[in-house]
Amino acid sequence: MITTLRSGSGSAQSPRSPSSQPYLSVSVTDPVKLGNGVQAYISYRVITKTNLPEYQGPEKIVIRRYSDFVWLRDRLFEKFKGIFIPPLPEKSAVEKFRFSAEFIEMRRQALDVFVNRIASHLELQQSEDLRTFLQADEEVIYLKSYSILDLIFFLVNADVFSAAQTMERLRFQETGIFKKKPTDFMQIFKDVQSKVSDVVLGKEKPVEESNPEYEKLKHYVFELENHLAEAQKHAYRLVKRHKELGQSLSDFGKAAKLLGACEGDSLGKTFSELGVKSETLSIKLQKEAHQLLMNFEEPLKDYVRAVQSIKATIAERANAFRQQCELAETIKLKEINLYDSCLLFS
Amino acid sequence: MMGSDNQGFEEAHPFASREEMENLVLDDDSTVTANKSYSNYRSATSLSPPILVTPADSDPLLSPSLYPNAPDHNNNHNHHSSYIEPPSYADVIFSPFDQNSGNDNNTGNEINGIESTNQFPDSPISPSSSSDYLRITVSNPQKEQETSNSLVPGGNTYVTYLITTRTNIPEFNGSEFSVRRRFRDIVTLSDRLAESYRGFFIPPRPDKSVVESQVMQKQEFVEQRRVALEKYLRRLAAHPIIRKSDEFKLFLQVQGKLPLPTSTDVASRMLDGAVKLPKQLFGESTAVVLAPHEVVQPAKGGRDLLRLFKELKQSVANDWGGSKPPVAEEDKEFLENKERMNDLEQQLSNASQQAETLVKAQQDMGETMGELGLAFIKLTKFENEEAMYNSQRARAADMKNVATAAVKASRFYRELNAQTVKHLDTLHEYLGLMLAVRCAFSDRSSAMLTVQTLLSELSALQLRAEKLEAASSKIFGGDKSRIRKIEELKETIRVTEDAKSVAINEYERIRVWKAFVSLSAFYGYIALSKSAKDASLIALLEFSYRKSMSPFAFNGHIGCLANNLTLPEENNRTELERLDRERQADFLNMLKGFVVNQVGYAEKIANVWAKVAEETSGYANDST
Repeated sequence: MITTLRSGSGSAQSPRSPSSQPYLSVSVTDPVKLGNGVQAYISYRVITKTNLPEYQGPEKIVIRRYSDFVWLRDRLFEKFKGIFIPPLPEKSAVEKFRFSAEFIEMRRQALDVFVNRIASHLELQQSEDLRTFLQADEEVIYLKSYSILDLIFFLVNADVFSAAQTMERLRFQETGIFKKKPTDFMQIFKDVQSKVSDVVLGKEKPVEESNPEYEKLKHYVFELENHLAEAQKHAYRLVKRHKELGQSLSDFGKAAKLLGACEGDSLGKTFSELGVKSETLSIKLQKEAHQLLMNFEEPLKDYVRAVQSIKATIAERANAFRQQCELAETIKLKEINLYDSCLLFS
Repeated sequence: MMGSDNQGFEEAHPFASREEMENLVLDDDSTVTANKSYSNYRSATSLSPPILVTPADSDPLLSPSLYPNAPDHNNNHNHHSSYIEPPSYADVIFSPFDQNSGNDNNTGNEINGIESTNQFPDSPISPSSSSDYLRITVSNPQKEQETSNSLVPGGNTYVTYLITTRTNIPEFNGSEFSVRRRFRDIVTLSDRLAESYRGFFIPPRPDKSVVESQVMQKQEFVEQRRVALEKYLRRLAAHPIIRKSDEFKLFLQVQGKLPLPTSTDVASRMLDGAVKLPKQLFGESTAVVLAPHEVVQPAKGGRDLLRLFKELKQSVANDWGGSKPPVAEEDKEFLENKERMNDLEQQLSNASQQAETLVKAQQDMGETMGELGLAFIKLTKFENEEAMYNSQRARAADMKNVATAAVKASRFYRELNAQTVKHLDTLHEYLGLMLAVRCAFSDRSSAMLTVQTLLSELSALQLRAEKLEAASSKIFGGDKSRIRKIEELKETIRVTEDAKSVAINEYERIRVWKAFVSLSAFYGYIALSKSAKDASLIALLEFSYRKSMSPFAFNGHIGCLANNLTLPEENNRTELERLDRERQADFLNMLKGFVVNQVGYAEKIANVWAKVAEETSGYANDST
């Protein structure tokens, strides 16, 4: 299970941790809009405070953007199979809200939580990619933003090593072409092959290694996601309702004030007061909506994402198992072949 | 009773008096994920518990739940016992509001009193006068087929409503009778009344709402319409002049087809007018003249296009012409009041709109809150079933508290909304009245316009006659053709003079009577009727109205009655003042009720959350 944040190796946010204990605390702050037009993006300031020896110095500040976080997560997912990687906030579905203050704040909070969870995880915090992420200066990062041109460059120069690295890096960027491993195509082919042979040979192949306890857990996780997702959906709607109620109260207040102006005397004053109070209430409601969003809906969404991440790991587990089975099959086939050839030649 | 606090946010109606309303509306509440297609204030109205329900009595948790599905067997935390909290400030205020409004303000009672008679279906007591009553109920909507030969096979279906009347007024034949009427009949009734009682504040009829009838669910729409029809007919019944009108009597009593001439639509009227136009322009001069009986109707909406043009020309001349019209609206006070009423109407309309939005937002809030609570309850159940660690169960228990709190809060929101709807309804009612006021004012203006037009025409005709006479006198022996023309002209002038007198009379009648009679009539009583001379006075008013008696003659009669009647003009003013006073009283009541309601429920909801916060305060201390 995902360890709760801010436990384990020292509290993440407070800079006043005792220096005798090893600690690693990160904060993601200060979103700034860079670039213009279609290419505009938000950059965040990532501040690392640590006394671990692997890190350069007690404090380091770097600038990162969302895609860099995605890179980190993908790397961790690749390297640390079987460990639940903390979830990332989603890309913005609607273009319009990409730069709304609320969305940016939500994302910043989620990114902060993300990095801190990694930093608090006993295994994940040892990752070299994490160190790169937290420490590497921008120039190196730009270098890391490889493009296909770089790949061609390296190939032309017969720089096989860099080419391989680039290919791998490219895979984790959002170019799309390298999303699938080249070996994946072979994999699909083999899948079809094995399925056909299964049908022909009438064999029941286990999908993944399993026992009743594991099944129960798996079932639990899947169900949990449904429930959490529904709760989150309603939570989000509730936030929206708060905003709507606030808005309508404000409008109603204005109308009441106008009506009061019409009526005059004590009735007019009463209406005006009602209007003023309504508007005050409306402001409070908007604030409440914001609080609700940040402190209730977002954490809930975070848990939904976490469960989804768990599901991804479960899928990976099944994948690994299947690969193992197939490789075992291949070995058997090859052994049979070898035996046959031996027979032939003997 | 069990498990009802896990049932979600449906309403229990312990004292609901409308069976049909219940069956129609409550079904939808039970499905959690149902799309709420209706969340406008009208549906909230139909969900409202009756006025007399006090919070302690209406505790839905104690009343039998109407939704027996999904009982929660895991419900170890029975919150029923803890629900009845000690009465707060809000509880004390709730009930008195609804009962007192009837007492200190007859008007308020009238408007609410029409509702309150729901609670006692058998009581025949009408709030307006002491002994006679006229109670109307609209019920039992049924679909019927258009029987006449229609081109489309399968015919047109429409809905009829059963209109039951109970009365002891002698003019009606019998004390209890029913007829079936369709909505089109209501439109006819309303149009005929508007024609006959021009200048009166006639209560506005329900909308045709073509769009809504397509969009809403059929049952809901029919129910909404039924409620609106009942309100409308009861208002008509409360109007002392209109309730005795022939049209109303025919509507309520005559079985079968409604024996009133139907309203033709604008298109066919225009067509009729267009047919008449050539005759008017090119034909005999007598055809041009306005017959006196036509004068008493406004030009607009009539068949006489030529008259429409003439009056339009006059109104433009009034606005832009250099010279003053021969007779003008002199009553500055009237003009000021007209301004003020217009302004008020605009603001009222705006406020009414915002009130509707507010009600909708509150309703949505309640619904979503309830849905959230339910989702968490499901999650809790799931966690409890699948838990592998005890800590999970502990968290689940806390989560359940939060969820139950959400459900409770949701219920409160819905109750709050139901009450809010009733209070803010006053805004809508007065908006209706303002429209009637505007019509009455415009009746007066259009009557004035008719007078002005006729006067201008008269003076133009007289000018022509003079010119013709001057010209013909120059010719020795007279000019045969010219003399004939002069004769014709003189005839025209005479008829026009007649029309002018009638128009002036009509104007005067409206000016004097509309405010005097209609204003007070709309509230269901006449100032003078409070005295013992009720019946005779009303009879006199009716009589004088029908005979178009001049105000002065009437004055004489009143003098005979030796009552405290001041001159009609003064009554005009005092009636407007009364309108203002009563509106202010009603609005103050409305505001008070609205605010008290909001405060009360806010307190209740706050208590619910405070309790949960306390129960889970342990977490706050733990986390950073």
